[in-house]
Amino acid sequence: MEYEIVIGLEIHAELKTKTKIFCGCKNEFGEEPNTNCCPVCLGMPGAMPVLNQKALEYAIKAGLAMNCDIAEFSKFDRKNYFYPDTPKAYQISQYDLPLCHDGYIDIELEGTTKRIGIERIHLEEDAGKLIHDASGEGSLIDHNRSGVPLIEIVTRPDIRSPEEARTVFESIKSILEYTDVSDCRMQEGSVRADVNLSVRPKGKGTFGVRTEMKNINSFRAVERACRAEAERQTELLERGLEVVRETRRWDDLKGTSFPMRSKEEAMDYRFFPEPDLLPVVIDRSLIAEIKSSIPELPFDKRRRYTEQYGLPLYDAKLLTESKKISEIFETALEVCKNPKLVSNWIMTDLLRLVNEKGKSILDTALNGRIFGRILLYFDRGEISQASARTLMEVIAETGEEPDSVIDRLSLRVQRDENLVSGVVKTIIRDNPQAVSDYRAGKTKALGFLMGRTMAALKGNGDPEQVRSLLIKELDRTE
Amino acid sequence: MSILNMTIKEISELLKNRKIGTVELVRHYLDSIRRQNPSLNSFVTTCEEDALEASEKAQKLIDSNDNTSLLCGIPFGIKDNICVRGIRTTAGSKMLSDFVPAYSSTVVNRLVEANAVILGKLNMNEFSMKESKEGNIFGFVRNPWNKEYAEGGLSEGTAAAVSGDMACFALGSDSGGELRQAASFCGVVGLKPTYGLVSRYGLISSASSMDQIGPVTRSVEDCAAVMSVIAGQDPLDSTSVGRSENYLKDIDKGIKGLRVGVPKEFFGSEVNTEIKESISRALENLGQEGAIYKEISIPSIKYILPAHYIISSAEASSNLARYDGIRFGHRSPDARNISEVYRFSRKEGFGREVKQRILTGTYFLSSENRERLYYKALKIRRMIFNDFRKAFENLDVLVAPVCPEVACKLTDVSGDKDHLLKMHISDVYTAGLNLTGLPGLTVPCGLDKNKLPIGIQIVGREFSEKLLLQVGYAIEKTVGKLSPGEGDKYGI
Repeated sequence: MEYEIVIGLEIHAELKTKTKIFCGCKNEFGEEPNTNCCPVCLGMPGAMPVLNQKALEYAIKAGLAMNCDIAEFSKFDRKNYFYPDTPKAYQISQYDLPLCHDGYIDIELEGTTKRIGIERIHLEEDAGKLIHDASGEGSLIDHNRSGVPLIEIVTRPDIRSPEEARTVFESIKSILEYTDVSDCRMQEGSVRADVNLSVRPKGKGTFGVRTEMKNINSFRAVERACRAEAERQTELLERGLEVVRETRRWDDLKGTSFPMRSKEEAMDYRFFPEPDLLPVVIDRSLIAEIKSSIPELPFDKRRRYTEQYGLPLYDAKLLTESKKISEIFETALEVCKNPKLVSNWIMTDLLRLVNEKGKSILDTALNGRIFGRILLYFDRGEISQASARTLMEVIAETGEEPDSVIDRLSLRVQRDENLVSGVVKTIIRDNPQAVSDYRAGKTKALGFLMGRTMAALKGNGDPEQVRSLLIKELDRTE
Repeated sequence: MSILNMTIKEISELLKNRKIGTVELVRHYLDSIRRQNPSLNSFVTTCEEDALEASEKAQKLIDSNDNTSLLCGIPFGIKDNICVRGIRTTAGSKMLSDFVPAYSSTVVNRLVEANAVILGKLNMNEFSMKESKEGNIFGFVRNPWNKEYAEGGLSEGTAAAVSGDMACFALGSDSGGELRQAASFCGVVGLKPTYGLVSRYGLISSASSMDQIGPVTRSVEDCAAVMSVIAGQDPLDSTSVGRSENYLKDIDKGIKGLRVGVPKEFFGSEVNTEIKESISRALENLGQEGAIYKEISIPSIKYILPAHYIISSAEASSNLARYDGIRFGHRSPDARNISEVYRFSRKEGFGREVKQRILTGTYFLSSENRERLYYKALKIRRMIFNDFRKAFENLDVLVAPVCPEVACKLTDVSGDKDHLLKMHISDVYTAGLNLTGLPGLTVPCGLDKNKLPIGIQIVGREFSEKLLLQVGYAIEKTVGKLSPGEGDKYGI
């Protein structure tokens, strides 16, 4: 029997506000443990939360970017559970009145577009970080993360394949990046996904029993986890067994998942309205203001790149995956007006340099304007391809201006006809064997002579010019 | 000069006229605490050194400035669930028996800025939940009017400290009526302000949507003086509201034309006759001053207790969950794993009543009961609020008893179910205001045959504290201030 996979994602993303969601502590990753905390985020008796307005605005921005309705009236609720990383023994979250609801995103997979529903986006606080057995005396808790603002994005069960799940995760991540509400540092777990998955016989109207896999923090792992879980469930059904409704833990190293807790063991979070915070009433004008600050998003950008610039879909996708790269592309394009050329150079040389030197060079030495100038010189034939490559490498290293490097290293293409003719004459004089080979009809010899001439011109010759001058000279002195 | 039982206003006058020094004043109270506290059991922590230091600073201010605040140099006590930086704050629980906060509550900061002097922390029921004998870690508070008597099952050190001349005033908290009840039992003035008018920042939560800090004082004017300092919005408490006034201004304005409602549901057969009579006399006096009063009915009063019990237990079960032995509070030495840390620490750290509230609150919030109980209680809460609001369409204030009985004998306070139930039922006169957020002022209105104080409760619209204090002032004028041992002169 043929089976269909049904997937919904819950994506948690940390917001990049300067301070935490309910107190004035710094929201910063990688500091000395337990240095960014205060009575509020430590849940000390008597301390009270105060909502960070910026966190609210970032969440609304994410919601608008995913085409959600923004609730005019929203509230916070307590989610009660005992776990050592939660200092109050409850998490302040949103239960029945989330900030954003009923949105969608468009994704593109293998040339087709699909719309994925966003059920809701709500705002909540992150928990502390448990560090197990670091001291050899049990577990330690770092509360720097306690109270970091999070949004939880819940998609509808519209996803039908592991590849699609990956694409949805990637698309949401890039929307969060584009709207500048999250750093999306995958490695550090600032974006993570829970996967809800079930399978059903193809054509059947109702959903199968689903399982949930928690805290997966890479695109590849989401795809792999979906594939493995779909296979596991399909196999159970094929053997006439039942899928158990449960929460599972995906082990990416082993490439398999393990049961964590069943539905019967599922926690009762005893949600109720947070009495220490007022309901959130959102002004329409604030929503309008936030809406106007949303930049062009990756999906639209991609479409524009293919339609306006005639780029292949492959290029458009690669250029829009990260906001930074699309910015470099667009800035460079303002200088050098050849889209495909800019695209090619980004996808090859620039990305290689970024890999070697780090992302920061895109803000400094090789920003879009400088990168565009290099390509402009190349496009105009003022420097050779090899020189353009050298130029980029030198600039990435030294941070110099292109023109000064061109002068210093004499990279400009030499087109002075008298000078080039002189060099050509010398080469013909010094290589009689090659000249007689050429005249005997061995065309290969021309290549050899060209190479010599280019070398004599330190690579700065214009190949067309050198070639025609060589042929002219060879034909004349025959 | 004897300053025994003097009000803030009287003492402040003496301080400004150099009839007495602030250090002398603090010593008077510290001596009084040393002498009386062993029997009254009002203070659980005293801060002698800090108090003396603060009073010296206050004296310098008075010496160099004629315009110091009314509270400058005035010594006061603080209920032990209100955090004071560097001073042990227990909320009356073994769970927090060694908890020293690194921050002060907003109310305390405001009083310290006004140069009032902290004497120490006051006894309370564990997390403000009425408890039988064995549950109180610091033991019962005795009533200064008669040490054989308790506060009707309460252990509020605030009222006993003020009534017993161990502090000039006190900060208490009121989640179901305990501040007003204790004030009434001890013959002093107590105000539960409108929810939000006084910041809760630094108040250890019991039932967050009902907890409210308020003053316990010897006179209505004193209450107004303290309110003028502590009221007003606080950026650290999102539920606080930005209204603060000079409550002393026009306090003697009189009550001509005041429309008073007397809800018949509050004067049923369970209310002691002497209390009814005393309140009737107070009403007659108000009538003579120009007030008009009439009986009214607020039918939803009968739902106050279940709604209050469900919501306060539900909130408490969540608020008290943080006391799990991980970050603060008692951690059981016997625990061998995480589950035992939770179970043993909470079993050992909480008293019986608190555990019962946590269990019932957890039950009320559980997914199978939440709709049926918790959300229904929220609806009833709204209904009660609407009924009160409707009553106020044609009325300015309501009058009610604070408790159905006067203070009971210590020997009558037992741990049995009937007594506990009676204690809970007696909350019906006060808990409605915690549900609705409305303000309530209690002032003494007489003594019973055993010379124990009787209080009257005046209830107003939201943010009508100024009016309540004017009414309280008028009642106080006719009754006079009551002090333990001086009951005879009122001839009641």
